[in-house]
Amino acid sequence: MSARPEPAGRGAAANLRGLYTLFEKEVLRFLKVVVQTLLTPVATALLYLVIFGGVLAAHLEVYPGVGYGAFLVPGLIAMTLIQNAFANSSSSLIQSKMTGNLIFVLVAPVSPLEFYLAFVAAAVVRGLLVGAGVWLVALLFVDLPLHSPALVLVFAVLSAAVLGALGVVAGIWAEKFEQLAAFQNFVVLPLSFLSGVFYSIGSLPAPWDRLSWLNPFFYMIDGFRHGFLGVSDAPPGLSLAVTAASLAVVSAVCLAMLARGYKIRQ
Amino acid sequence: MTEAIRVERLHKRYAAVHALRGVDFAVARGEFFGLLGPNGAGKTTLIGILAGLVRPTAGRAAVMGHDVRRQWRAARRSLGLVPQELVYDPFFTVREILWLQSGYFGHGRENRAWIEELLEVLDLADKADANLQELSGGMKRRVLIAQALVHRPPVVVLDEPTAGVDVELRQALWRFTRRLHAEGHTIVLTTHYLEEAEALCERIAILDHGSLRALDTKAGLLARHPWRCLCLELEPPDAALPEAVARLVTERDGGRVRLRLHRLHDQIGAVLESLRAAGVRVRDLHTEEPGLEEVFLELIHEGAPAQAAEAQA
Ligand SMILES: Nc1ncnc2c1ncn2[C@@H]1O[C@H](COP(=O)(O)OP(=O)(O)O)[C@@H](O)[C@H]1O
Ligand SMILES: [Mg+2]
Repeated sequence: MSARPEPAGRGAAANLRGLYTLFEKEVLRFLKVVVQTLLTPVATALLYLVIFGGVLAAHLEVYPGVGYGAFLVPGLIAMTLIQNAFANSSSSLIQSKMTGNLIFVLVAPVSPLEFYLAFVAAAVVRGLLVGAGVWLVALLFVDLPLHSPALVLVFAVLSAAVLGALGVVAGIWAEKFEQLAAFQNFVVLPLSFLSGVFYSIGSLPAPWDRLSWLNPFFYMIDGFRHGFLGVSDAPPGLSLAVTAASLAVVSAVCLAMLARGYKIRQ
Repeated sequence: MTEAIRVERLHKRYAAVHALRGVDFAVARGEFFGLLGPNGAGKTTLIGILAGLVRPTAGRAAVMGHDVRRQWRAARRSLGLVPQELVYDPFFTVREILWLQSGYFGHGRENRAWIEELLEVLDLADKADANLQELSGGMKRRVLIAQALVHRPPVVVLDEPTAGVDVELRQALWRFTRRLHAEGHTIVLTTHYLEEAEALCERIAILDHGSLRALDTKAGLLARHPWRCLCLELEPPDAALPEAVARLVTERDGGRVRLRLHRLHDQIGAVLESLRAAGVRVRDLHTEEPGLEEVFLELIHEGAPAQAAEAQA
């Protein structure tokens, strides 16, 4: 018996078309309900902007020369992007599990890696679209610099990928909508809110300032913000390393679950 | 020539249930094979292992010679599964669903013509752009069949396709599976309708409580049932029957008498002889051969005592 999962030769090669089709399906799925998947998140982010930015803008200078509005917007973009990337893969998976239509993918010659890539890529696309939406609309209200577009894009893609993969993990793990909602409300929301979206962690009292350095979401948002402002709480290199490491860890867990068929193949 | 399906010492344990208890069989290419068994017998579990949806606890399974675990891509390409449950994706139209399913199997535009043909053949063409949610149960069932065939698999497995469908659709499904079979597909049909297996299948496996009770041709299975019925019309109607005949009677309505004869131990000739000796005239007679129903019940019944003993242990 060979330990190799698949012998070389005909029929064993990677199924790139399968990967692409699954990605396409995941994108089409959220595009069919754009009000819910794109417009509502953008509107919610703007609400935060109006409330917090409007109230506080005049009074605060977070970094030298950086007003609160310019500080807040990148954080809001990143938070919205992160939450939507998570929502995309997790809600698609739990729906497919609950309705039973996940079997159409499970009977197809799609490998765990292909499955993972398709779901994560679609989550990244959703995250980027929502993030771009928040950014474009925010430009109407706030004068926002763009220090390094490349850094912005790298952090946007990596952060969305981390949360997309985490969404796959949560969507596979959860057996009911309530469990997924709990994961979202007790893990994703607090970590993203407490990651310095609304404030610089330098302004927090102890021990919260130190605890923030343990929150991987902090590095995603801080690095993303550095791309816009050129200043941040943590050095961007450190943020990049932590974000990339988070992606590696979550992806490893996700791929291990998929390879075992955990909760999806009985 | 490789077999279409081979299953060896296959076991599946769920947390609380030993759903498959060492199942062995093979299905030849081009065969129309029936997997028969009561609810909970393990049919869906067995099919799930073939399709990659269920991981076997022990044993091996292969489709068209491809091991479902080690050569899973080739095995999955060889199999088309029509699932038992009416599952569907509410986000898409019929045509979109078929394009997507075709894409999952690695096909592109070159497969579009086949998809249109499937829509046509399965009478889905005028609903092709309707959302799955808008379709009736029968239509959804046909979409499931189209989805299973979209990658032109040599082996098609239908899990209770006619459970809960109306007579008309059942007839249509029978016609369609016969056509697939005639075109060279290997068909595996699970059902708990005996008449369905009797009408369609060349060989039949009977599964009960996770074990095969029988695997034979239809004629072979019928031959296992050792009883047949001899129906007589006697003159006079109130004739007293000799003991040798009276012990065989199962029903009597005046002159009309039904006798149950064992294929080996009771001969029709001997019955008629003893009636003549007793002065009873036979005005008419015919025999009734058993159906699968009887064979099935007998086999399931045979298994029951062992099962109960095990449950107590
Ligand atoms: N996912 C599962 N978890 C636990 N038990 C299961 C599961 N699927 C099936 N079973 C049990 O395994 C046995 C066989 O079920 P199944 O294969 O669906 O039989 P059939 O299709 O012949 O009706 C039943 O006792 C059923 O309750
Ligand atoms: Mg079943």
